[in-house]
Amino acid sequence: MKAIVVGCGRVGSALAKVLHASGWEVAAVDESEEALRRLGERWPGEFHLGHGMDTAMLEAAGIQDADAVVVATDGDNTNIVVAQVAKLRYEVPSVAARIHDPARAKFYANRGFDIVSPTSAAIDQLTEWVSGIEVRA
Amino acid sequence: MFVIIGGGGKVGTNVTRTLLGLGHEVVVIEQNRLRYESLEEEFQHRARYGDATELHVLEDAGIGRPPDIVVAATGDDEDNLVISQLAQERYGVAKAVARVNDPRNEVHFDLLGISPTVSATSMVMALIQHEVPQHELVHLLELRKENLEIVEVEIGLGAPADGKRIEELRLPDTLRLISIMREGAAEIAVGSTELHAGDQVLAILEPGKEEDLCELLLAGKG
Repeated sequence: MKAIVVGCGRVGSALAKVLHASGWEVAAVDESEEALRRLGERWPGEFHLGHGMDTAMLEAAGIQDADAVVVATDGDNTNIVVAQVAKLRYEVPSVAARIHDPARAKFYANRGFDIVSPTSAAIDQLTEWVSGIEVRA
Repeated sequence: MFVIIGGGGKVGTNVTRTLLGLGHEVVVIEQNRLRYESLEEEFQHRARYGDATELHVLEDAGIGRPPDIVVAATGDDEDNLVISQLAQERYGVAKAVARVNDPRNEVHFDLLGISPTVSATSMVMALIQHEVPQHELVHLLELRKENLEIVEVEIGLGAPADGKRIEELRLPDTLRLISIMREGAAEIAVGSTELHAGDQVLAILEPGKEEDLCELLLAGKG
């Protein structure tokens, strides 16, 4: 089982570690060396320095035979493009992208990759919370 | 014509100014505050502040009408890809022209069906190759929709075409010669045109059929 995590900020690095702990072979990708620090000194997986749209780097990370690709950089549009590249060009079976903007998340739904929209999730949770408030008489 | 331009940097600004000068209706969207302010000074209400990859920003700019053309001219290829996809697929804009900043990203535009693209780097490279004679085959123009390309080749010494008339070459249907440049003068290629080593030939062909052309015109390839 091979996974590539593109974008190793708070979310990506934590996810990379979880995947590794559950037995996945993980290649982490980030534009900045600092991402390695977030992965921890003893990160046992691969790390590739580069932009997620760089196909040479994705191929070096083994995208051709990856079972899953998770795209969680801080740019919605980068995530949208890399997810489509993973799905359409490399035919990776499972692809997920984080998209903050709910409008773009909706537009790119049902294109063969999963979308995680933290903004929509927060709105839903807070809406639920609001509806549970007991109003003072 | 109504045109929306995403990105008011050097490219976006100059395209806006030129189109306005030609009497077209233009809206240019810029997300950098300082740059927007100078655009607003020059173009007034035709400049809009915001991120052109956000649906509501595009809608405020009038993408719902829809425009005849959307130009995705930001400095970020991922943004240009998303602007073009939104324009074509969400709002039914007939034509989206995208700027490609890093030529390595051109494959992504192809993959996602965004054409035509404009890459300054690729164009400069094509011009440089045009000036460097030892390159065997130079791609001058790609007509993607038509699935044709125009290339330039210099006829090699002793090539199968050297010393022959064009009508003798039995060119395949996927390939035609356009013109011959010899000693600084160009002439239209016709059946009776005789080809010689050193001639610069312009040819039109289907992409991928370059091999046929090279076999005929380049030495030692037959």
